[in-house]
Amino acid sequence: MSRQSNRTTDSKKMNSELFTLTYGALVTQLCKDYENDEEVNKQLDKMGYNIGVRLIEDFLARSSIGRCQDFRETADVIAKVAFKMYLGITPSVTNWSPGGDEFSLILENNPLADFVELPDNHSTLIYSNLLCGVLRGALEMVQMAVDVKFAQDSLRGDNVTEIRMKFIKRIEENIPAGEE
Amino acid sequence: MADDSLFEFLHMEIVSHIFNEQQSRKGELDNKDRAACISLLEAMGFRVGQGLIERLTRDTPSFKDELDIMKFICKDFWTKVFRRQVDNLRTNHQGTYVLQDNKFSLLTQFSGGKQYLDQAPKYLAFSCGVVRGALSNLGLESVVTAEVSIMPSCKFQVVIQKL
Repeated sequence: MSRQSNRTTDSKKMNSELFTLTYGALVTQLCKDYENDEEVNKQLDKMGYNIGVRLIEDFLARSSIGRCQDFRETADVIAKVAFKMYLGITPSVTNWSPGGDEFSLILENNPLADFVELPDNHSTLIYSNLLCGVLRGALEMVQMAVDVKFAQDSLRGDNVTEIRMKFIKRIEENIPAGEE
Repeated sequence: MADDSLFEFLHMEIVSHIFNEQQSRKGELDNKDRAACISLLEAMGFRVGQGLIERLTRDTPSFKDELDIMKFICKDFWTKVFRRQVDNLRTNHQGTYVLQDNKFSLLTQFSGGKQYLDQAPKYLAFSCGVVRGALSNLGLESVVTAEVSIMPSCKFQVVIQKL
């Protein structure tokens, strides 16, 4: 490895820490502001949604990916392009439902949760719930209504982190009255 | 690992969230409410700054003096956190420093000109906290403020508190 790439890796790692530490500060603050984990989970999801609806534009601009033909292609793009681009990891896509409308993303490691330990009194906190909101918001902007949730969480003792994504329906684009 | 833009997206959303929450609790925000939001953002930044500087200076030798620390902040720390070096450092050699960044990374998304100048403090509070946190873990207590006269150029004023 040339020295050049070491420096790039270092600076990318540092920025990763800026993001990770900021995310940690956010979750900590939300835990102070809201009485229970359920409420914090909801807020993280909502904030993720707000980020997702903007992130998708950044993603489409930078990746020049065209329209996905089906949900399977969507899954691959999410895992191999989007996660790679933004978090530097490539989760595996598994556990497809027979109808092809549900799948899992398995994350061996979760960059959001680097250095994080959940205290005992927050056992129902879904620390990385922002991710679910981001995915939901981003896909909504490309006309897909999805349900996203964590099925396994390594922070809560599971071996891996598993995100379950379910296709709900296609969102029809609203054409303004008078235009056909 | 994590892309640079993720922090920017997250930061925008955090600012938005904190102000919206305050607004839904209090209705119209008066100056005291706004100040409370800004303090909160600054405090969050403080913790992040402390963590960042610890990781960054693990292997660096100790600093000779205060100016040495400030130069480190302007070069290495600024590069790691804000992706560029501070353009200009001025000091009165009595504990006050002005760091000028002509293209501050968190302001580049704003339109140039005066239109959104009054919104800028909301987006600078976290960064002020980051700088203050970093200095704190290097042994310097300070007060850090920021001002913008022309987007995206920003001046951070650091006043070291003598104990």
